[in-house]
This record gives sequence, C-alpha cells and structure tokens, in this order.
Amino acid sequence: MYEHLETAENRDSLKRVVVDPVSRVEGHGKVTLLLDEDNKVQQARLHIVEFRGFERFIQGRPYWELPVLVQRLCGICPVSHHLAAAKAIDQLVGIDPENLPVSADKLRRLLHFGQVLQSHALHFFHLSSPDLLFGFESDISKRSIVAVLAEYPEIGVQGVKLRKYGQEVIRMVSGKRIHGTGAIPGGMNKSLNKAERDYLLEDIDQMINWAAGSVALIKKVHCSNLPYYDDFATIRTNYLGLTKPDGALELYHGGIRAKNEHGETIMDHIDYCKYNDYIHEEVRSWTYMKFPYLLSLGQQQGWYRVGPLARVNNCDYIDTPLAEAARVEFKAHSNEAMVHSTLAFHWARLIETLHCAESIKGLLNDPDIMGHDLVAQGEKRYEGIGVIEAPRGTLFHHYQVDENDIVTKANLIVSTTSNNMAMNESVRQVAAEYLSGRELTEPLLNNLEVAIRAYDPCLSCATHAVGKMPLQLELVDAEGKLIDKLVKHSDGQIERNNA
Amino acid sequence: MPKPILLFGYGNLSRGDDALGPLLLEYVESHCCVDSIEILSDFQLQIEHALDLENRRLVLFVDASVACDNAFDFAVLEPARDKSYTTHAMSPAAVLDVYQSIKNQTPPPSFLLSIKADAFELGDGLSANAEINLVEACSFAERLLSNPDLDFWLQQTNLPVIDHPVAIQQR
Repeated sequence: MYEHLETAENRDSLKRVVVDPVSRVEGHGKVTLLLDEDNKVQQARLHIVEFRGFERFIQGRPYWELPVLVQRLCGICPVSHHLAAAKAIDQLVGIDPENLPVSADKLRRLLHFGQVLQSHALHFFHLSSPDLLFGFESDISKRSIVAVLAEYPEIGVQGVKLRKYGQEVIRMVSGKRIHGTGAIPGGMNKSLNKAERDYLLEDIDQMINWAAGSVALIKKVHCSNLPYYDDFATIRTNYLGLTKPDGALELYHGGIRAKNEHGETIMDHIDYCKYNDYIHEEVRSWTYMKFPYLLSLGQQQGWYRVGPLARVNNCDYIDTPLAEAARVEFKAHSNEAMVHSTLAFHWARLIETLHCAESIKGLLNDPDIMGHDLVAQGEKRYEGIGVIEAPRGTLFHHYQVDENDIVTKANLIVSTTSNNMAMNESVRQVAAEYLSGRELTEPLLNNLEVAIRAYDPCLSCATHAVGKMPLQLELVDAEGKLIDKLVKHSDGQIERNNA
Repeated sequence: MPKPILLFGYGNLSRGDDALGPLLLEYVESHCCVDSIEILSDFQLQIEHALDLENRRLVLFVDASVACDNAFDFAVLEPARDKSYTTHAMSPAAVLDVYQSIKNQTPPPSFLLSIKADAFELGDGLSANAEINLVEACSFAERLLSNPDLDFWLQQTNLPVIDHPVAIQQR
C-alpha cells in the first residue's frame, strides 16, 4: 500500500503540484502532490475543498417530504437518494421491506435498475470511454464524448441512447424525469399502465444487445494491455456491499457482506439497520470527506471499497444469464480470486449495466408492475434506516423523527465517502508508480484523474458542493515561488506559462 | 409528433437561485397557452437531452447565471465544443453539438434565456434580486412564447436578423 505517501516528513522543502479541480467527476476535488528536487513524489492527497451539510437541509422537515426533498441533494443521483430515503421512511410508517406490497417492491426495483443503467452508461460512454479508447495521455482535444462520436460513432450513439432509455424508465415509473414521487411512505404512488409498459418493452432488446456489446468492448480494451490495466491505480482492499440471502448480486435490498483482499468473508448477511455497530467514520484535518472503516478491523486495516467492483467481487452469482456469463469471464480473468484492478471498475460497471437491462426486461414482463396494491400501512416508529446499492456503491440514509413527525436527526453515508481512502490510495499508487521522477505534463497528470474517475466519484454528494471544472496546474517551489503553470482554457486550449 | 416549441429549464429547486429556470417553467405552465409548447425540466443538461431537440421548430433553454449583464440575457445558441464536455453538466451549446454529431444535421434554432443569479446554497430559496429578475424574465418569456417566430426571437437578441447565421441556415 501507499499510505506512507499520505503525509511527507519534510513538507516545507518540497515542491507542490495542484490538480484543481479534478475534471470529469461530479463536484469539486483537488489533488496535491509534493515533490522533492528529483521530482520524486513524497506526498499525494485527494482533497475535498468544500462542504455543505445534507443534515442541515433535512433536519426540521416533516418525514413525508423526504422522498422528494432528498432528490435535490444531488443532480447526479437523485433517484438513489429518493429510494434510500423511501426505504428509511417505510420504517417510520411501520413497514419493513418484507411487508412492502409486491407491486411496489417490483416498481421500486424497476426504477432503481433504470437509474443504475443510465448512471453507468453516462459514466462509461461519456466520462471514461475517451480515456479508454484514445489513451490516458492522449491529446486533450480527444478526451471527450464528441471525439468518441466522431471516431467511434456507433459507440457514442449507443451511449446516448442507453442513457436516454434509463431516463425513460425513470420517467415512466415515477411520472416525471425529475421531482417525481414514485416512492412514497409504505409503497409507490403509481404503477405502470399497459401503454407505458409496452413503450419500454419496444427498445429493451436493443438495450440488452448494446449493453452486452459494451461488456465485450471493455473486456477487449482491458485485455489488450493486460499488465498495464491490472496494475494501474491498483490496490488490494476489503470490499463491502449488499447481497441477496443466497449470495446473489443485489442492488435494491439485502444484507451487508464484506470480504477481505483474499476473498475471505469478514461479515455476511448483516442487517443494515445495525450498520452503526459495524461501520465508523474517521475525520482527518486536511479534507472535508470522512473516512469510513469496519470497526472490527480498525482504522488502519478496516477501510474498504464499494461500488461495481465491490459488488461483482462480493457476490456469488448474478441472477440474469448474460450478466452472469460476463461475471464468470470477469472472475476467470483473476483465476477466481478477488479482482483488485481499479480499472476493472469499468468492466464490473458494464456487467452491472447488462444486468440492469436484463432485469428491466424481466420486470416489464412481470404483471405485478401493473398491479394496484401499492401502499401498506403500519404503526409509527421513531427511527428509520434505508440502504441501497447506488450506482457508485452502498448508500445509507438514517433518520430519527419526533412525535410531530419532524426529522430531528439525519445521517447519510454516501458511496463516494466509502471510497475516500481507496481513491487516495489509488492516487498515491499512480503518483508513485507512474509520475514520480518525470516532468509533469497535463497528459501525465490526467493519469491521476483517470484513477479517480474509475470510482465514478460524486464529490458533489460527498461534499455537497457544486462543481467547477476548468483545470489549472501549478508547480511551486519550497519558497512558494511559481515555477510552472499549465492552464486548460474554456475552449480546451492548453497554455503553458513557465515562470 | 413532438410539439414544435421546446421550453427546457434546468436547475435545482432547492439550491437557491439555481431554481430560476424551473420556476420560469412553472410560470409559463400557469400563465401561457402551452398547446404547442413542450415543457421539460431537469437538474442539469446531459448528452441524452440532445434527443429532446428532434423535430422542433424552436428551442428555448432557460438557466440561472451569475454572468448576466442585466436581469436576464437572451442569446442565440450555436453548437460548440466547450469545457462542459468534461463534466456531468453540459452547456446548451454542447448539447447542440452532440445533436449535430449524432444526427448529422443542424440542430433546430435554439436560444438561451439566462436569468441573473447570486446564490446557490443548498436549502435556500431565491435571493431578493433573483426574485425581481425572475419577474422580468417571465414577462419576456411570455412575449417570446406568444410569438414563436424565428425572426421575432432573433430580433430580441439585438443582432441583425438578416445576417444572422441561424436565420441564413433556416432560409
């Protein structure tokens, strides 16, 4: 591991390089490197530089507002927050997951599959495929979806249409693209009618084909330069996520499973309502993002990764045939061991995309999604916890309310926060193995961003900040004098200003 | 067939002045005849929104902006590959460019109504200035939408219509 690069001993004598902000991620983060005279990296950190509390936004509001309100926490994953909040609020109205009406449960799953499909499609085709198709250090003008559309038009259009399809699933289930009230306390607001169901069925086979094609593409890309892809930003970690009772991949509801780097089970089938007994969060002075860890292993050994790579690593199988075949291939790649390659996040993400497309088809052909028994009622409780597997990983919503139904306490652990330590470790690995000792250039520094982007971080969610994306790199000597500066202008032009 | 006019407001209702776009849409829905207007809203623009431009005669994007010179600015849009390609939130010009790339045709005449904004704090309502600016922008949008004619819209941009590239393309 590279934790020794978190804090250098002789910081005052080192040169500082800042990548600020990191681009093609949601929100505002920056990377700082401290270099010695030979450009050897002595310290590397991913910082989160802004903070706005979700809790302040939520506390003091009546609980029934939350499924709509929390959608506004983040423009990237509103449906994930909507569903996690809805699961927590089910408990506030006395409904446990097993008592949710069958139709409501399946409609929520359909909504969630639509969300994960569109989120994964956006990440791969729009944000990451330029790096993967053109190379991490390619000319900056090539690192965009437009270049992909120009040189790989078929792939580019598929990305746009997969994303659109996922949004249409959300629109049909929740009634609107955004601000929809699909999930309500104890159930769902509406079911699908036949016309809506048939509309979504029209294109689903095409979506499955394209999703399968994307899995083949990422496998080809990954295996075309296997040593590099298996090493770049790679760290050996624990993994955490939900699984079904039988160990299958689960995105909507299940027990918590954690495995260590060897694939040995740390915990399994844990009721997520007891998450506080197993997961704690550490604060460090140099960043606003917390560092969650497994209590049983402690702060040093207990940090873990969540998200597609964790889920595909952790599960025993996937219950849709094409995605399961893809998972088997994926695991064969590592001889059935845990896959630690950070760039394999992309591969796992596309396996999940395929799983979502297959699952959507299965649910669309299930008459329960057109059922009318949509809401259950129970006895009021004062505490509710909802956990789902959001596109970026496990998402926790935890609320307490008073006798007037007002939220008195809210705690959210978002996926990107769980990956905080891992992202920092990946940044340090790239800094140590790929940058150290070399003259820094913008394409070279893009390697750091590639490592971060593999996690598909939503820094906006993790920090609640609005992103600003122009890129500026500064190299400063020990006395604070500017030595070198790279600026990416709004038109994409790069300017180098040697001081 | 989709409605000929697309009104697309984007922003987050719970992030202070970022709500200006969606709030203008609410005004239009309640004060204007929308028989020929499709009203769409989202938190931010993304690649798939290019597909919402298909078969439109006129497109009006509405957004909050800290860069406005006046209470609101009205400008014609052209496809552009700007920095927003690298983000989760694209500019309308970038969306037009995606449209051009995937459709191999010029996008429909598209305009941006930017409403001057000051503050974007999560959980806050509109700032006092933004409330005033919204009233002016709503009145302007009502005028535009009651006269959905390309030349009329171009005239509102203070550019000479006859020489304007969008007007030339359409003729």
